[in-house]
Amino acid sequence: MTTTTHPALELAASDGRTADSDKDVDRDAGLAGSALAVRGLTVSYGTKPAVFSIDATVPKASMTAIVGPNGAGKSTFLKAVLGIIPRLSGAAYVDGKPLETMRRAIAYVPQRASVDWDFPTRVRDVVTMGQFRGLGLLGFIRPAHRKKTLDCLERVGMADFADRQIGQLSGGQQQRVFLARALAQDAGLYLLDEPFAGVDAATEKAIIDVLKGLKAEGKTVVCVHHDLATVTDYFDHVLMLNIRKIAEGPVSTTFTGPMLQETYGGRLATAHIDQLKLD
Amino acid sequence: MGAEFVQLSLTPILIGVLAAIACAIPGNFLLLRKQALIGDAISHVVLPGIVAAFLITGTISTWPMMLGAAGAAVVAVVMIEAIRRLGRIETGAAMGVTFTTLFAAGVLLLEQTDTSSVHLDVEHALYGNLESLIWLSATGWTSLWDPVALADLPPELTRMAVTTLVIALLTAVFWRALKISTFDEGYANSIGILVKTIGFGLVIVSAVAAVAAFDAVGSIIVIAMFICPPATARLMTNQLEHQILWSIFFGAGSAVAGYVLAGYGPLWLGSSNAVSAAGMIATVSGLVLGIACLYAPARSRVTASGN
Repeated sequence: MTTTTHPALELAASDGRTADSDKDVDRDAGLAGSALAVRGLTVSYGTKPAVFSIDATVPKASMTAIVGPNGAGKSTFLKAVLGIIPRLSGAAYVDGKPLETMRRAIAYVPQRASVDWDFPTRVRDVVTMGQFRGLGLLGFIRPAHRKKTLDCLERVGMADFADRQIGQLSGGQQQRVFLARALAQDAGLYLLDEPFAGVDAATEKAIIDVLKGLKAEGKTVVCVHHDLATVTDYFDHVLMLNIRKIAEGPVSTTFTGPMLQETYGGRLATAHIDQLKLD
Repeated sequence: MGAEFVQLSLTPILIGVLAAIACAIPGNFLLLRKQALIGDAISHVVLPGIVAAFLITGTISTWPMMLGAAGAAVVAVVMIEAIRRLGRIETGAAMGVTFTTLFAAGVLLLEQTDTSSVHLDVEHALYGNLESLIWLSATGWTSLWDPVALADLPPELTRMAVTTLVIALLTAVFWRALKISTFDEGYANSIGILVKTIGFGLVIVSAVAAVAAFDAVGSIIVIAMFICPPATARLMTNQLEHQILWSIFFGAGSAVAGYVLAGYGPLWLGSSNAVSAAGMIATVSGLVLGIACLYAPARSRVTASGN
């Protein structure tokens, strides 16, 4: 899973050319100013592409939603960006540098259902996992680490549950613990896979408050998101996917009826789109 | 409980305990990764490898056996992958087919081989030869401080002790990475833990435990100790750290209790013959698991109920 520098990147750097007839150079425009840039990402399961040739640029300090129908490759896209599943081609850059060298700047929140919550461990142990980079393999957990764990649990309203076995939590509480683990990483870029899926209203509020707080601190948040009704309320930037990229840009100009119809292959009822409070 | 115990029972018990611990420690992670059958697979696959090594070298010694077993393990992994991909058969079934076929092939190979000069036969493969691993030059507890007597300890004891120590150390050193990647592989990957290397290392360590234990105690104990003590331990606690300690306790306890019961149990029941220690140790570990299923404190877990 090694990734070489995009050839066009060196080209653009060497002669200082900006946008011209060369399509690849166009692709790399804005790389340095972005929190996350993805170039030519293709992933395939068997012979079928799951995501195909996706370019995307996430602006710094934005709240970006990745939307698209089931099977559009939203989670696959996120996992391939992180290198969790192999890419057929393409590269990802964080703050303009190859993602593989920037892991300490990224915090990933997987889908809650992707792990076995019967695993024998406590809430505080899961959050401490977020401090792995600081602790290393053998570092002792010191009072400062414990305090950090509790602080992060406090931010998601779960401090009282620190000593609970994780299997005793509700779905919403599990999701908040996952978010606390990501907070413990002190990252600049947060990538969340369906953080609002199957959680109660109180949890949804708690999570969006934390995410908006991160944005206010100048951090970048990217969520795979399935609830179209909340896109305009929660996010300022959107990436619309259906195997290929359909559109990306500010929510106000990109998250429109025609784009939604294209993303969902015309399967959305007009009445449903009308309810989305689009501008 | 004097000289005779040290001479005839101490070393088999110690070897049994060490073998149980060496298998139980990685067994905890295999169990949590839902790969418990890997221990089973490895211990079956070891047989043809060891027989092949014997055919080539003509002796039963540690290194050729280890290499033979390792070679067989590689063949097994390739076979499992090939069956899975070419035959489009799910992994569990592919593993089941592979390890029974290879074990059966090992049995055939063994029957066609003249192993009368060495201690290698089908029974040995299953039960090991725990009872024969005695310490002949011991004259009592004082022999533990006697360099001459110590030099005559069964080599299986030293081999098992070193293996167990190495496994315990590796587990301690890689504890944090092992725990994170066992709980949440995708996340572990995202923070830069080499999850594939960790997973592969776990299988290698399990294989080393299985091969080292195989010669001394046979495949029945190996299979039982990979699964029973960790599964029992999981029912005792909701914390991985404690689970490992409990599994060591249950593994070692089964080894001691099983050995004693095999030797004296039949006498208590009026029979004159002792039974296989390996068989009894595995049976005890299963019984302990059964009791834990009924009475252990962490058995009624919210998410475990109903599925």
